[in-house]
Amino acid sequence: MIEVIKLYKYRVKKKFKIIIIHCILSFMVLLIAFPLIFALIKSTQTISEVFSYPPRLSFGSAGLNNYKTAWFDFNLGQFMFNSSLIALIITVGKIILSIMAGFAFVFFDFRCKRFLFLFILVTLMLPIPVRIVPLFDLMKQLKWGDTFYALTIPFLASATGTFLFRQHFMSFPTSIVDAAKVDGAGPIRFLIQILLPMSMNTIGALAVIEVVYVWNQYLWPLIIISSNNKNVIQVGLNSLIGTGDQGTNWGMVMAGAIIALLPPLIIFIILQEQLMRGFSLSNDK
Amino acid sequence: MDSRFGQKKLPYILLLPSIIVSILFLYYPAIKSFILSLYKTAFFGMKKIFVGGENFIELFTSPDYLNSIIISLIFSAGVVVIGLAISLFIAVLVNQDVKGVRIYRIGLIWPYALSPAVAGTIWLFLFNPTAGLVNYITESLWGISPDWISNGKLALLMVIGAAIWKNLGYNIVFYLAALQNIPREVLEAADVDGASDIYKFFKITFFFLQPTTLFLIITNLIYAFFDTFGVIDILTKGGPVNATTTLIYKLFIDAFQNYKSGLAAAQSIILFIMVMGLTIAQFKWTDNKIQYGA
Repeated sequence: MIEVIKLYKYRVKKKFKIIIIHCILSFMVLLIAFPLIFALIKSTQTISEVFSYPPRLSFGSAGLNNYKTAWFDFNLGQFMFNSSLIALIITVGKIILSIMAGFAFVFFDFRCKRFLFLFILVTLMLPIPVRIVPLFDLMKQLKWGDTFYALTIPFLASATGTFLFRQHFMSFPTSIVDAAKVDGAGPIRFLIQILLPMSMNTIGALAVIEVVYVWNQYLWPLIIISSNNKNVIQVGLNSLIGTGDQGTNWGMVMAGAIIALLPPLIIFIILQEQLMRGFSLSNDK
Repeated sequence: MDSRFGQKKLPYILLLPSIIVSILFLYYPAIKSFILSLYKTAFFGMKKIFVGGENFIELFTSPDYLNSIIISLIFSAGVVVIGLAISLFIAVLVNQDVKGVRIYRIGLIWPYALSPAVAGTIWLFLFNPTAGLVNYITESLWGISPDWISNGKLALLMVIGAAIWKNLGYNIVFYLAALQNIPREVLEAADVDGASDIYKFFKITFFFLQPTTLFLIITNLIYAFFDTFGVIDILTKGGPVNATTTLIYKLFIDAFQNYKSGLAAAQSIILFIMVMGLTIAQFKWTDNKIQYGA
């Protein structure tokens, strides 16, 4: 009998706990999203609505006008196109190069293997700020200043990707190589027909990481791109703000910020399962 | 049977593109940074004079540079301590068996997709003295309307806040992954023993989260030092009077506004030593995990 009462008490306590957890969770979600919700509301308001006091916290009468102005009159459409193109080139390039490198490190024996792996890994210690002045000069010498070459080609190698695919490939039993050899499959066919279909989670994880990373780049495009129509969205967004005082059309700036956020956000939401799986995959040895 | 392929040339061909890009655009400019740091440039870069370690001496005796070191330390300490505390708190809450946990999770980790520039832009508006919301709240609660842009300490606080917001998603993703790897039996055993939630958190969960916390401290330091340029550039441009000029912002000003390439290269080398120390620490102490950044 006492046991039953104990169990009942335990259940009531648990139910109460669940309700509290729901409340705290919803509050946290709202708190984190709050700046974004505020931006979304303000993006639909006209200038006078934005500056009304006390601040108006409901959707305004500008509708999609701020979005249209930002997109067409302030060239955001062009910036979005530029960023998409660059993100696509770098992400696809990095995935291909990392798969090739990871494949070489796991399924072949060759001289200087350890050295070459370290050689690629050490590039992790060379982020842009470490080499920014000479890289800028190099771009000028190659006549790549103010071009998409400067925004893409220097970023194609990926230590993260190489490491990620090496880990992933190492998790396969070595017997599958033997099986492939028995079947008479060469290395390239083995890679394309057997390894790749089993690597979609890793590819997805790397794709999210790289799309978000490339899309959000700011410092390098800021210094290397000088023509307005070649700008990426992150730097272009800054041009909407202008002086930042009364003359700023904040509704339109918020519309621009939301436009700039959408592509990586959508890709992140679609691929977040892969990202999580990619992460926990690297956790267990 | 040897369970690798026998081709001799193929692995090199597979590695060639990665190695060419690494040499040309990573190693070569990095080595050039080192050489350049030993020179002073004059006449708008037309003339280079070898000065040995003079650039480094100049940096470490310059009040401006020492100031940017201190600002960077405060900034990164804020991002790491406050950011990780909030992330851990949230991750532990989300890692419960309640309905709709997947929806909550997306609602909490989406800032992973935020860029420094977008976070900065939205915060600039939130903290705008006339149209923003923060000053409306402080005004109605305490009757004060602080000037976030021209007060140095407040500006730094605002920048730290934006940087934390942007990185919440990243931190929560890692804490969640770590929480899911805690063996269930351990927590269930504690339940059977009648351990309280607080005991469970501090004695069990916290123990299992230590490696991830260490990993996140290091990656957040790297983030705070290297990837927050956009937040600062949009919110404060390093101001007022250098109050938010971190090391990376100082490097940008010296390299591309003052055109002192030798001095800027010396700063690059100092940053390199820092990132090297952090990366080695990460590999040594955190189970060979790798930063998911680039």
